[in-house]
Amino acid sequence: MSGQVHYRRFDTADRVLHGCLMVSFLGLALTGIPLVFSHERWAAALFALGNFKVASTLHRVFASLLILTFAAHLYRILDRVFVRKDYGVLWGPRSMVPQPRDLKEMVQHVRWFFGLGPRPLFDHFTYWEKFDYWAVFWGMGIIGGSGLMLWLPRLFARVLPGWAFNVATLVHGEEALLAVVFIFTVHFFNGHLRPEKLPMDTVIFTGSVSEEELQDERPGEWERLRAEGALEALRTEPPPRRLLLLGRTVGTIAVGIGLVMVVLTISALIR
Amino acid sequence: MRPVLLAGALLLAGRSLLGAGPANDDCLTCHGDAGAVREKEKTPVFVDEKVFAGSVHGAAGMACTDCHADLAAAEFPHAEKLARVDCSPCHDQQAGDYAKSFHAASHARNPASRAARCVDCHGSHGILPSKDPNAPTSHFKLPGTCLRCHGDPAIYKKAHRLKGNDPAHFADSIHGKALLKAGLTVAPNCATCHGYHEIRTPRDAGSTVNRVRVPATCGACHAGILSLFEQGVHGQALKKGNPNAPVCIDCHSAHEVIATETARWRLDVIKECGTCHESLIHSYRDTYHGQVTELGFTRVATCADCHSAHDIFGKADPRSTVAPARRLATCQKCHPGTSPNFAKYDPHADPRDKARNPLLFYTGKFMALLLVSVFGFFGLHTVLWIPRSFQARRAKTRRNGNGGGK
Repeated sequence: MSGQVHYRRFDTADRVLHGCLMVSFLGLALTGIPLVFSHERWAAALFALGNFKVASTLHRVFASLLILTFAAHLYRILDRVFVRKDYGVLWGPRSMVPQPRDLKEMVQHVRWFFGLGPRPLFDHFTYWEKFDYWAVFWGMGIIGGSGLMLWLPRLFARVLPGWAFNVATLVHGEEALLAVVFIFTVHFFNGHLRPEKLPMDTVIFTGSVSEEELQDERPGEWERLRAEGALEALRTEPPPRRLLLLGRTVGTIAVGIGLVMVVLTISALIR
Repeated sequence: MRPVLLAGALLLAGRSLLGAGPANDDCLTCHGDAGAVREKEKTPVFVDEKVFAGSVHGAAGMACTDCHADLAAAEFPHAEKLARVDCSPCHDQQAGDYAKSFHAASHARNPASRAARCVDCHGSHGILPSKDPNAPTSHFKLPGTCLRCHGDPAIYKKAHRLKGNDPAHFADSIHGKALLKAGLTVAPNCATCHGYHEIRTPRDAGSTVNRVRVPATCGACHAGILSLFEQGVHGQALKKGNPNAPVCIDCHSAHEVIATETARWRLDVIKECGTCHESLIHSYRDTYHGQVTELGFTRVATCADCHSAHDIFGKADPRSTVAPARRLATCQKCHPGTSPNFAKYDPHADPRDKARNPLLFYTGKFMALLLVSVFGFFGLHTVLWIPRSFQARRAKTRRNGNGGGK
């Protein structure tokens, strides 16, 4: 497979930003989720590694990294739309914006689960990838906003009433729980732990997919690119072994931490 | 040994013929022999003359037969089993107090009781006055004396059942450290709270450690705290006869009283408040304050930081530290420079309580709905996908196996 022709899917900035997202998300989960489950022994054990001051400082450091990552992403989007006039970001096959075809593909995909029809001819972004993206986008707004309120209560209390901090506390914890469990189960499954993807999809680390994978996973995109004659421009060397190895290592560590967290979280929720 | 005993017996027999009881020297003829033992049990009968001479009784020039009164007119060699020494003819007040004690009641109830009698605490031939630092009943040595039984479950069965209140942990308590380590004469020992001869069980309404009387007992030293406690809601509830009203020992424990500056105390007492204030500890645990303390850190507010410790009042009472007029000042103890808005934060908000905070209630409902629908949808989506995904994996392997890749 590594000897095959590859096509670029993510540019360097995409991959670096996803890396920042991974690091900050895992860091925030490790330093935040124990608070939600403070009655669990593992939570106290995790905090006992450093102490509460260290954990809260780290939480703010990771939060700052995530805010910067989010800002960089927004900058890139705005740059593409307003400076480079690339309106494909806003609509069309290369856009993250949900479109009618996503609904059609979702229905078709579920029918395929039951063997009631062919697999949809997915293009650049599938409906579940868009859901992942917007879930994180919404989550960053909600968790980030409430988190800033709790970080700087004195400042926000100049304008906001006291009960707003009660709502912020609730929302910050619940939304974090949603994000953590979602990323560590659904996103991991869709991206990495699906049987045909196991052990993982390295595209976010290497930036490119093999020709076979592109034809398999996104036949709609393959056909479109061929019709547009755009394949040649995206053609690239297979990822070097070292990069592949790095991607697998980083990915395995992240998935490992995530799975441990999600097992602890779900076991605490069930009890 | 036997010849010695025999000779002594003959001598004493001669004396008693003369009509007077045996003199101390006569007794010591046999009992002064360090190796002297009883005929059957082989248990020692030695009485150290020096020890007796140094005792309060020896110094007073008392005769053996003053206590062992049954020997004054006995035939010698005397019976192996002597009558129990009765201290009451001289110490009638102490004996009268003892008769009212739980130790005495235990003997009355159960003839095989091992409850302490006079000699168990005071010793026998070497009795020293309690003022003497070497006396087992001296200020500093008393706990060790009591714990000979009360720290040994083989003798005092309850010793290890008093969870969190084991008298054996007295030494680790702030009182025990003050007494045994710092050597403070003002530090309490067992008798300071339980009394001396008239020790009663806590169930006994006349006991100094009966729940109702505990505040007065502690207040004998902690007078300043007692007056605060009596004003506060807990003290008032006790005064009105509420049997559930907490007294000093409910929060501080009886024997394991620890310094209130310690992290262990600050964290444990929260749980103690929570045993009665159940819904409030739940809502507290939903906040940052409650979560951080539950994780074992004390930088954040505990119950007493906001509500104060002994002079606790209902929030409608203007004396309360959480009364509307004083709340901001209370928050500012930890959060200096905060605004009145900040102090309107509800440290016990409950998302299940619609009346208390409807906005929080509906936010909580929305979040729950969001969680359920997202995980419901994607849970099902994933489960349905798995069989298809296995098919795809098999197809891929087959293709790669047959054609060595496409």
